[in-house]
Amino acid sequence: MRIKHRRSFLVNFSLLLGIALTILPLPNWAAAIRPDWVALILIYWCIALPTKMGFITAFIFGILLDIATGTLLGQHALGLTIVAYAVLRIHARLRLFPLVQQAVIVMLLLLAKQMVFLWIYGITNNEPESIVVYFLPSLTSMILWPLLYIFMHNMQRRFLST
Amino acid sequence: MQSLLQETLGLTLRALATATICIVLMTADHRNNALQQARSSIGTYLVYPIQYLVAIPGNVIQWSVENLSSRNTLLEKNSELNRQNLELLVRQQQLQSLQQENARLRELMRSSARIDEDILIAEVLTVDQDYNRQQILINKGKSSNLYPGQPIIDAKGVMGQIVELTQYSARVLLISDPSHALPVQNNRNGVRTIAQGKGDPAEVDLLHIPNNTDIKIGDLLITSGLGGRFPSNYPVATVTEVEIRPGEEFARVAAKPTAELDTSREVLLVWVKRESDE
Repeated sequence: MRIKHRRSFLVNFSLLLGIALTILPLPNWAAAIRPDWVALILIYWCIALPTKMGFITAFIFGILLDIATGTLLGQHALGLTIVAYAVLRIHARLRLFPLVQQAVIVMLLLLAKQMVFLWIYGITNNEPESIVVYFLPSLTSMILWPLLYIFMHNMQRRFLST
Repeated sequence: MQSLLQETLGLTLRALATATICIVLMTADHRNNALQQARSSIGTYLVYPIQYLVAIPGNVIQWSVENLSSRNTLLEKNSELNRQNLELLVRQQQLQSLQQENARLRELMRSSARIDEDILIAEVLTVDQDYNRQQILINKGKSSNLYPGQPIIDAKGVMGQIVELTQYSARVLLISDPSHALPVQNNRNGVRTIAQGKGDPAEVDLLHIPNNTDIKIGDLLITSGLGGRFPSNYPVATVTEVEIRPGEEFARVAAKPTAELDTSREVLLVWVKRESDE
Protein backbone atom coordinates (compact mmCIF):
# COMPACT_ATOMS: atom_id res chain seq x y z
CA MET A 1 0.00 0.00 0.00
CA ARG A 2 2.75 2.42 0.97
CA ILE A 3 4.73 1.69 -2.18
CA LYS A 4 1.66 2.47 -4.31
CA HIS A 5 1.32 5.92 -2.76
CA ARG A 6 5.00 6.63 -3.09
CA ARG A 7 4.90 5.58 -6.73
CA SER A 8 1.99 7.82 -7.70
CA PHE A 9 3.61 10.67 -5.77
CA LEU A 10 6.89 10.25 -7.64
CA VAL A 11 5.18 10.01 -11.05
CA ASN A 12 2.98 13.06 -10.47
CA PHE A 13 5.71 15.11 -8.83
CA SER A 14 8.18 14.47 -11.65
CA LEU A 15 5.57 15.44 -14.26
CA LEU A 16 4.73 18.64 -12.36
CA LEU A 17 8.45 19.39 -12.27
CA GLY A 18 8.42 18.86 -16.04
CA ILE A 19 5.73 21.55 -16.40
CA ALA A 20 7.77 23.90 -14.19
CA LEU A 21 10.84 23.34 -16.40
CA THR A 22 8.73 24.00 -19.49
CA ILE A 23 7.66 27.47 -18.30
CA LEU A 24 10.99 28.34 -16.65
CA PRO A 25 12.06 31.67 -18.17
CA LEU A 26 15.02 31.26 -20.53
CA PRO A 27 16.75 33.60 -22.98
CA ASN A 28 15.25 33.47 -26.44
CA TRP A 29 17.88 31.24 -28.05
CA ALA A 30 17.59 28.68 -25.24
CA ALA A 31 13.79 28.76 -25.23
CA ALA A 32 13.88 27.88 -28.93
CA ILE A 33 15.67 24.59 -28.23
CA ARG A 34 14.05 23.79 -24.89
CA PRO A 35 13.69 20.01 -24.56
CA ASP A 36 10.17 18.61 -24.29
CA TRP A 37 10.43 17.86 -20.56
CA VAL A 38 6.94 16.57 -19.86
CA ALA A 39 6.96 14.23 -22.87
CA LEU A 40 10.41 12.87 -21.90
CA ILE A 41 9.36 12.18 -18.31
CA LEU A 42 6.12 10.59 -19.47
CA ILE A 43 8.03 8.34 -21.88
CA TYR A 44 10.30 7.26 -19.04
CA TRP A 45 7.39 6.26 -16.81
CA CYS A 46 5.66 4.46 -19.68
CA ILE A 47 8.80 2.35 -20.14
CA ALA A 48 9.47 1.85 -16.42
CA LEU A 49 5.89 1.22 -15.25
CA PRO A 50 3.97 0.17 -18.38
CA THR A 51 1.15 -1.49 -16.45
CA LYS A 52 0.62 1.47 -14.14
CA MET A 53 0.59 4.23 -16.73
CA GLY A 54 -2.50 5.10 -18.72
CA PHE A 55 -3.86 7.79 -20.95
CA ILE A 56 -5.56 9.52 -18.04
CA THR A 57 -2.18 10.70 -16.73
CA ALA A 58 -1.15 11.82 -20.22
CA PHE A 59 -4.45 13.65 -20.67
CA ILE A 60 -4.46 15.42 -17.29
CA PHE A 61 -0.87 16.65 -17.56
CA GLY A 62 -1.46 17.61 -21.19
CA ILE A 63 -4.37 19.83 -20.15
CA LEU A 64 -2.30 21.39 -17.33
CA LEU A 65 0.50 22.07 -19.80
CA ASP A 66 -1.96 23.62 -22.26
CA ILE A 67 -3.19 26.05 -19.64
CA ALA A 68 0.31 26.79 -18.34
CA THR A 69 1.71 27.61 -21.79
CA GLY A 70 -1.40 29.11 -23.38
CA THR A 71 -1.97 26.64 -26.19
CA LEU A 72 -5.34 25.30 -27.34
CA LEU A 73 -7.00 23.17 -24.66
CA GLY A 74 -6.19 19.59 -25.70
CA GLN A 75 -3.15 20.28 -27.88
CA HIS A 76 -0.53 18.93 -25.51
CA ALA A 77 -3.01 16.36 -24.21
CA LEU A 78 -3.29 14.97 -27.75
CA GLY A 79 0.46 15.03 -28.27
CA LEU A 80 1.18 13.25 -25.00
CA THR A 81 -1.56 10.67 -25.66
CA ILE A 82 0.00 9.81 -29.01
CA VAL A 83 3.47 9.51 -27.45
CA ALA A 84 2.16 7.39 -24.55
CA TYR A 85 0.29 5.10 -26.94
CA ALA A 86 3.35 4.48 -29.09
CA VAL A 87 5.57 3.80 -26.07
CA LEU A 88 3.05 1.48 -24.42
CA ARG A 89 2.80 -0.50 -27.67
CA ILE A 90 6.56 -1.10 -27.90
CA HIS A 91 7.70 -0.76 -24.27
CA ALA A 92 8.90 -4.39 -24.05
CA ARG A 93 11.28 -3.91 -26.98
CA LEU A 94 12.23 -0.37 -25.99
CA ARG A 95 13.33 -1.55 -22.56
CA LEU A 96 15.95 -3.87 -24.08
CA PHE A 97 17.44 -1.29 -26.44
CA PRO A 98 20.75 0.35 -25.55
CA LEU A 99 20.34 3.98 -24.42
CA VAL A 100 21.51 5.48 -27.70
CA GLN A 101 19.01 3.48 -29.71
CA GLN A 102 16.30 4.42 -27.22
CA ALA A 103 17.23 8.07 -27.69
CA VAL A 104 16.74 7.81 -31.46
CA ILE A 105 13.30 6.23 -30.98
CA VAL A 106 12.42 8.97 -28.48
CA MET A 107 13.41 11.59 -31.05
CA LEU A 108 11.21 9.96 -33.68
CA LEU A 109 8.27 9.93 -31.26
CA LEU A 110 8.77 13.60 -30.41
CA LEU A 111 9.06 14.46 -34.11
CA ALA A 112 5.70 12.77 -34.67
CA LYS A 113 4.25 14.83 -31.81
CA GLN A 114 5.68 18.02 -33.31
CA MET A 115 4.22 17.14 -36.70
CA VAL A 116 0.77 17.01 -35.07
CA PHE A 117 1.50 20.34 -33.38
CA LEU A 118 2.60 21.86 -36.69
CA TRP A 119 -0.73 20.87 -38.14
CA ILE A 120 -2.55 22.51 -35.21
CA TYR A 121 -0.41 25.66 -35.50
CA GLY A 122 -1.24 25.74 -39.20
CA ILE A 123 -4.98 25.67 -38.50
CA THR A 124 -4.71 28.40 -35.85
CA ASN A 125 -2.46 30.68 -37.98
CA ASN A 126 0.64 30.27 -35.82
CA GLU A 127 3.01 28.76 -38.35
CA PRO A 128 6.60 28.90 -37.07
CA GLU A 129 8.98 31.19 -38.93
CA SER A 130 11.66 28.59 -39.55
CA ILE A 131 10.78 24.93 -39.87
CA VAL A 132 14.33 23.83 -38.96
CA VAL A 133 14.32 25.75 -35.68
CA TYR A 134 10.83 24.43 -35.00
CA PHE A 135 12.05 20.84 -34.93
CA LEU A 136 15.24 21.50 -32.90
CA PRO A 137 13.64 20.70 -29.49
CA SER A 138 13.30 17.05 -30.58
CA LEU A 139 17.04 16.97 -31.19
CA THR A 140 17.92 18.44 -27.79
CA SER A 141 15.45 16.01 -26.21
CA MET A 142 17.29 13.14 -27.89
CA ILE A 143 20.64 14.37 -26.55
CA LEU A 144 19.15 14.72 -23.08
CA TRP A 145 17.42 11.32 -23.03
CA PRO A 146 20.31 9.10 -21.80
CA LEU A 147 21.07 11.48 -18.91
CA LEU A 148 17.42 11.77 -17.96
CA TYR A 149 16.96 8.01 -18.17
CA ILE A 150 19.87 7.32 -15.82
CA PHE A 151 18.75 10.02 -13.39
CA MET A 152 15.14 8.86 -13.32
CA HIS A 153 16.23 5.24 -13.00
CA ASN A 154 18.28 6.09 -9.91
CA MET A 155 15.38 8.05 -8.44
CA GLN A 156 13.04 5.16 -9.05
CA ARG A 157 15.44 2.67 -7.44
CA ARG A 158 15.99 4.86 -4.43
CA PHE A 159 12.36 5.67 -3.69
CA LEU A 160 10.41 2.75 -5.09
CA SER A 161 12.51 -0.33 -4.27
CA THR A 162 10.72 -2.52 -1.79
CA MET B 1 -2.08 -15.11 -27.82
CA GLN B 2 -5.74 -14.16 -27.77
CA SER B 3 -5.32 -12.17 -24.59
CA LEU B 4 -2.30 -10.25 -25.93
CA LEU B 5 -4.29 -9.30 -29.01
CA GLN B 6 -7.18 -8.17 -26.86
CA GLU B 7 -4.83 -6.14 -24.70
CA THR B 8 -3.40 -4.33 -27.73
CA LEU B 9 -6.89 -3.71 -29.08
CA GLY B 10 -7.98 -2.30 -25.73
CA LEU B 11 -4.95 -0.01 -25.64
CA THR B 12 -5.65 1.26 -29.15
CA LEU B 13 -9.33 1.88 -28.38
CA ARG B 14 -8.49 3.79 -25.21
CA ALA B 15 -5.92 5.88 -27.07
CA LEU B 16 -8.45 6.64 -29.81
CA ALA B 17 -11.06 7.64 -27.22
CA THR B 18 -8.62 10.01 -25.47
CA ALA B 19 -7.46 11.48 -28.77
CA THR B 20 -11.07 12.09 -29.82
CA ILE B 21 -11.78 13.92 -26.54
CA CYS B 22 -8.68 16.07 -27.15
CA ILE B 23 -9.73 16.97 -30.68
CA VAL B 24 -13.26 17.87 -29.54
CA LEU B 25 -11.78 20.04 -26.77
CA MET B 26 -9.43 21.81 -29.19
CA THR B 27 -12.23 22.51 -31.65
CA ALA B 28 -14.46 23.88 -28.89
CA ASP B 29 -11.61 26.03 -27.53
CA HIS B 30 -10.72 27.38 -30.97
CA ARG B 31 -14.23 28.05 -32.28
CA ASN B 32 -15.80 29.80 -29.31
CA ASN B 33 -15.15 30.72 -25.73
CA ALA B 34 -17.21 27.93 -24.20
CA LEU B 35 -14.21 26.61 -22.28
CA GLN B 36 -13.05 29.94 -20.83
CA GLN B 37 -14.60 29.13 -17.46
CA ALA B 38 -12.85 25.75 -17.24
CA ARG B 39 -9.51 27.24 -18.33
CA SER B 40 -9.92 29.99 -15.78
CA SER B 41 -10.66 27.74 -12.80
CA ILE B 42 -7.99 25.16 -13.62
CA GLY B 43 -5.61 28.04 -14.23
CA THR B 44 -6.39 29.63 -10.86
CA TYR B 45 -6.21 26.56 -8.65
CA LEU B 46 -3.77 24.18 -10.33
CA VAL B 47 -1.54 26.08 -12.74
CA TYR B 48 -1.09 29.47 -11.07
CA PRO B 49 0.75 27.95 -8.03
CA ILE B 50 3.30 26.38 -10.40
CA GLN B 51 3.68 29.61 -12.35
CA TYR B 52 4.04 31.53 -9.11
CA LEU B 53 6.82 29.22 -7.90
CA VAL B 54 8.62 29.31 -11.25
CA ALA B 55 8.48 33.11 -11.30
CA ILE B 56 10.22 33.38 -7.91
CA PRO B 57 13.84 33.15 -9.19
CA GLY B 58 13.16 35.93 -11.70
CA ASN B 59 11.65 38.06 -8.95
CA VAL B 60 14.60 37.38 -6.65
CA ILE B 61 17.06 38.45 -9.35
CA GLN B 62 15.02 41.58 -9.97
CA TRP B 63 14.86 42.31 -6.25
CA SER B 64 18.58 41.83 -5.71
CA VAL B 65 19.45 44.01 -8.70
CA GLU B 66 17.34 46.76 -7.12
CA ASN B 67 18.49 46.27 -3.54
CA LEU B 68 22.15 45.47 -3.98
CA SER B 69 22.98 48.20 -6.44
CA SER B 70 25.60 50.65 -5.31
CA ARG B 71 24.90 54.11 -3.97
CA ASN B 72 26.40 55.69 -7.09
CA THR B 73 24.08 53.85 -9.45
CA LEU B 74 21.11 54.82 -7.34
CA LEU B 75 22.19 58.47 -7.30
CA GLU B 76 22.66 58.44 -11.05
CA LYS B 77 19.29 56.83 -11.57
CA ASN B 78 17.69 59.30 -9.21
CA SER B 79 19.05 62.36 -11.01
CA GLU B 80 18.03 60.82 -14.34
CA LEU B 81 14.50 60.29 -13.05
CA ASN B 82 14.37 63.81 -11.64
CA ARG B 83 15.37 65.19 -15.02
CA GLN B 84 12.72 63.11 -16.76
CA ASN B 85 10.11 64.16 -14.22
CA LEU B 86 10.85 67.84 -14.82
CA GLU B 87 10.60 67.35 -18.56
CA LEU B 88 7.27 65.57 -18.21
CA LEU B 89 5.91 68.26 -15.88
CA VAL B 90 6.70 70.94 -18.45
CA ARG B 91 4.96 68.90 -21.16
CA GLN B 92 2.03 68.39 -18.80
CA GLN B 93 1.53 72.16 -18.55
CA GLN B 94 1.21 72.40 -22.30
CA LEU B 95 -1.06 69.39 -22.33
CA GLN B 96 -3.51 70.97 -19.91
CA SER B 97 -3.94 74.08 -22.02
CA LEU B 98 -4.23 71.94 -25.14
CA GLN B 99 -6.89 69.80 -23.50
CA GLN B 100 -8.91 72.87 -22.61
CA GLU B 101 -8.53 74.27 -26.08
CA ASN B 102 -9.60 70.94 -27.54
CA ALA B 103 -12.69 70.82 -25.31
CA ARG B 104 -13.62 74.38 -26.34
CA LEU B 105 -13.22 73.56 -30.02
CA ARG B 106 -15.28 70.40 -29.66
CA GLU B 107 -17.98 72.42 -27.95
CA LEU B 108 -17.98 74.85 -30.85
CA MET B 109 -18.35 71.96 -33.26
CA ARG B 110 -21.02 70.40 -31.04
CA SER B 111 -19.32 67.04 -31.17
CA SER B 112 -18.22 66.07 -27.73
CA ALA B 113 -16.83 62.57 -27.49
CA ARG B 114 -14.78 62.77 -24.36
CA ILE B 115 -12.93 59.68 -23.26
CA ASP B 116 -11.81 59.07 -19.72
CA GLU B 117 -9.33 56.37 -18.90
CA ASP B 118 -8.43 54.65 -15.65
CA ILE B 119 -5.12 52.89 -15.41
CA LEU B 120 -3.47 50.28 -13.20
CA ILE B 121 0.10 49.03 -13.20
CA ALA B 122 0.80 45.30 -13.44
CA GLU B 123 4.00 43.31 -13.61
CA VAL B 124 4.91 40.72 -16.22
CA LEU B 125 5.26 37.26 -14.65
CA THR B 126 8.67 35.81 -15.45
CA VAL B 127 7.43 32.54 -16.92
CA ASP B 128 7.76 31.41 -20.51
CA GLN B 129 4.80 30.69 -22.77
CA ASP B 130 4.46 28.52 -25.84
CA TYR B 131 7.39 29.42 -28.11
CA ASN B 132 5.24 29.67 -31.23
CA ARG B 133 2.73 32.14 -29.85
CA GLN B 134 3.18 35.76 -28.82
CA GLN B 135 1.75 35.93 -25.33
CA ILE B 136 2.75 37.12 -21.87
CA LEU B 137 1.32 36.61 -18.39
CA ILE B 138 0.75 39.48 -15.98
CA ASN B 139 0.24 39.36 -12.23
CA LYS B 140 -3.22 40.92 -12.02
CA GLY B 141 -6.45 39.08 -12.70
CA LYS B 142 -10.16 38.92 -11.99
CA SER B 143 -9.51 40.03 -8.41
CA SER B 144 -8.40 43.44 -9.80
CA ASN B 145 -11.51 43.71 -12.01
CA LEU B 146 -9.76 43.12 -15.31
CA TYR B 147 -11.94 42.00 -18.20
CA PRO B 148 -11.30 39.98 -21.38
CA GLY B 149 -10.35 42.22 -24.28
CA GLN B 150 -8.87 44.88 -22.00
CA PRO B 151 -6.07 46.90 -23.66
CA ILE B 152 -2.52 46.66 -22.27
CA ILE B 153 0.09 49.34 -22.93
CA ASP B 154 3.61 50.03 -21.72
CA ALA B 155 5.44 53.33 -21.38
CA LYS B 156 6.04 53.51 -25.13
CA GLY B 157 2.94 52.14 -26.81
CA VAL B 158 0.24 49.53 -27.18
CA MET B 159 1.25 45.98 -26.23
CA GLY B 160 -1.88 43.88 -26.69
CA GLN B 161 -5.07 42.78 -25.05
CA ILE B 162 -6.20 40.32 -22.38
CA VAL B 163 -7.49 37.03 -23.74
CA GLU B 164 -7.74 34.88 -20.64
CA LEU B 165 -8.26 35.64 -16.98
CA THR B 166 -7.66 33.67 -13.83
CA GLN B 167 -8.17 34.99 -10.33
CA TYR B 168 -4.65 36.37 -9.95
CA SER B 169 -3.15 36.40 -13.43
CA ALA B 170 -4.09 37.28 -16.97
CA ARG B 171 -2.83 36.15 -20.35
CA VAL B 172 -2.08 38.95 -22.80
CA LEU B 173 -2.13 38.42 -26.56
CA LEU B 174 0.56 40.71 -27.97
CA ILE B 175 0.00 42.77 -31.10
CA SER B 176 2.79 40.74 -32.74
CA ASP B 177 0.75 37.49 -32.63
CA PRO B 178 -0.51 36.45 -36.08
CA SER B 179 -4.05 36.17 -34.73
CA HIS B 180 -4.05 39.79 -33.54
CA ALA B 181 -5.17 42.67 -35.75
CA LEU B 182 -5.39 46.25 -34.53
CA PRO B 183 -7.10 49.22 -36.27
CA VAL B 184 -4.57 52.05 -36.56
CA GLN B 185 -4.20 55.37 -38.33
CA ASN B 186 -1.27 57.37 -39.58
CA ASN B 187 -0.54 60.19 -37.14
CA ARG B 188 0.66 62.46 -39.98
CA ASN B 189 -2.37 62.35 -42.26
CA GLY B 190 -5.02 60.17 -40.66
CA VAL B 191 -4.86 57.35 -43.21
CA ARG B 192 -6.48 54.31 -41.59
CA THR B 193 -5.24 50.76 -41.84
CA ILE B 194 -4.93 47.54 -39.84
CA ALA B 195 -1.76 46.32 -38.10
CA GLN B 196 -1.49 42.57 -38.01
CA GLY B 197 1.17 40.58 -36.14
CA LYS B 198 3.39 38.04 -37.84
CA GLY B 199 4.96 36.17 -34.95
CA ASP B 200 7.94 38.51 -34.66
CA PRO B 201 8.01 40.95 -31.70
CA ALA B 202 9.95 43.47 -33.81
CA GLU B 203 7.59 43.71 -36.79
CA VAL B 204 3.91 43.99 -37.72
CA ASP B 205 2.35 44.10 -41.18
CA LEU B 206 0.00 46.83 -42.36
CA LEU B 207 -2.83 45.39 -44.40
CA HIS B 208 -4.70 46.63 -47.45
CA ILE B 209 -2.75 49.79 -48.26
CA PRO B 210 -3.21 50.77 -51.93
CA ASN B 211 -0.02 51.51 -53.86
CA ASN B 212 -0.79 55.21 -54.18
CA THR B 213 -1.40 55.85 -50.47
CA ASP B 214 0.65 58.57 -48.79
CA ILE B 215 2.71 56.58 -46.29
CA LYS B 216 6.43 57.05 -45.61
CA ILE B 217 9.15 55.38 -43.61
CA GLY B 218 9.19 56.87 -40.11
CA ASP B 219 5.46 57.62 -39.96
CA LEU B 220 3.98 57.03 -36.50
CA LEU B 221 0.88 54.86 -36.35
CA ILE B 222 -1.57 55.41 -33.51
CA THR B 223 -4.68 53.50 -32.46
CA SER B 224 -7.72 54.79 -34.29
CA GLY B 225 -10.23 53.66 -31.70
CA LEU B 226 -12.27 51.96 -34.40
CA GLY B 227 -13.38 48.55 -33.31
CA GLY B 228 -14.16 49.93 -29.89
CA ARG B 229 -11.66 47.84 -27.98
CA PHE B 230 -8.62 50.09 -27.77
CA PRO B 231 -8.73 53.75 -26.75
CA SER B 232 -7.73 56.09 -29.60
CA ASN B 233 -4.46 58.01 -30.00
CA TYR B 234 -1.99 55.63 -28.35
CA PRO B 235 1.21 55.02 -30.34
CA VAL B 236 1.44 51.54 -31.88
CA ALA B 237 4.31 51.34 -34.36
CA THR B 238 6.57 53.29 -36.69
CA VAL B 239 6.73 52.45 -40.39
CA THR B 240 10.05 50.80 -41.29
CA GLU B 241 9.51 49.54 -44.81
CA VAL B 242 7.33 50.56 -47.73
CA GLU B 243 7.47 48.46 -50.85
CA ILE B 244 5.36 49.59 -53.78
CA ARG B 245 4.46 46.57 -55.89
CA PRO B 246 3.09 47.85 -59.22
CA GLY B 247 1.71 44.47 -60.26
CA GLU B 248 -0.15 43.89 -57.03
CA GLU B 249 -3.27 45.41 -55.60
CA PHE B 250 -1.70 46.55 -52.32
CA ALA B 251 1.70 47.79 -51.17
CA ARG B 252 3.72 45.79 -48.64
CA VAL B 253 4.22 47.94 -45.55
CA ALA B 254 5.98 46.81 -42.38
CA ALA B 255 6.20 48.65 -39.07
CA LYS B 256 8.09 48.25 -35.82
CA PRO B 257 6.01 48.30 -32.61
CA THR B 258 6.97 51.19 -30.35
CA ALA B 259 6.23 49.17 -27.21
CA GLU B 260 9.00 46.87 -26.01
CA LEU B 261 7.01 43.68 -26.50
CA ASP B 262 9.70 41.24 -25.44
CA THR B 263 11.48 43.20 -22.68
CA SER B 264 8.89 45.26 -20.81
CA ARG B 265 8.60 44.28 -17.16
CA GLU B 266 5.85 46.66 -16.14
CA VAL B 267 2.68 47.21 -18.11
CA LEU B 268 -0.34 49.49 -17.77
CA LEU B 269 -3.90 48.26 -17.84
CA VAL B 270 -6.39 50.71 -19.33
CA TRP B 271 -10.08 50.97 -18.52
CA VAL B 272 -11.88 52.81 -21.30
CA LYS B 273 -14.90 54.80 -20.19
CA ARG B 274 -16.80 56.31 -23.05
CA GLU B 275 -18.96 59.32 -22.33
CA SER B 276 -20.28 60.31 -25.71
CA ASP B 277 -23.28 62.55 -25.96
CA GLU B 278 -24.54 63.50 -29.36
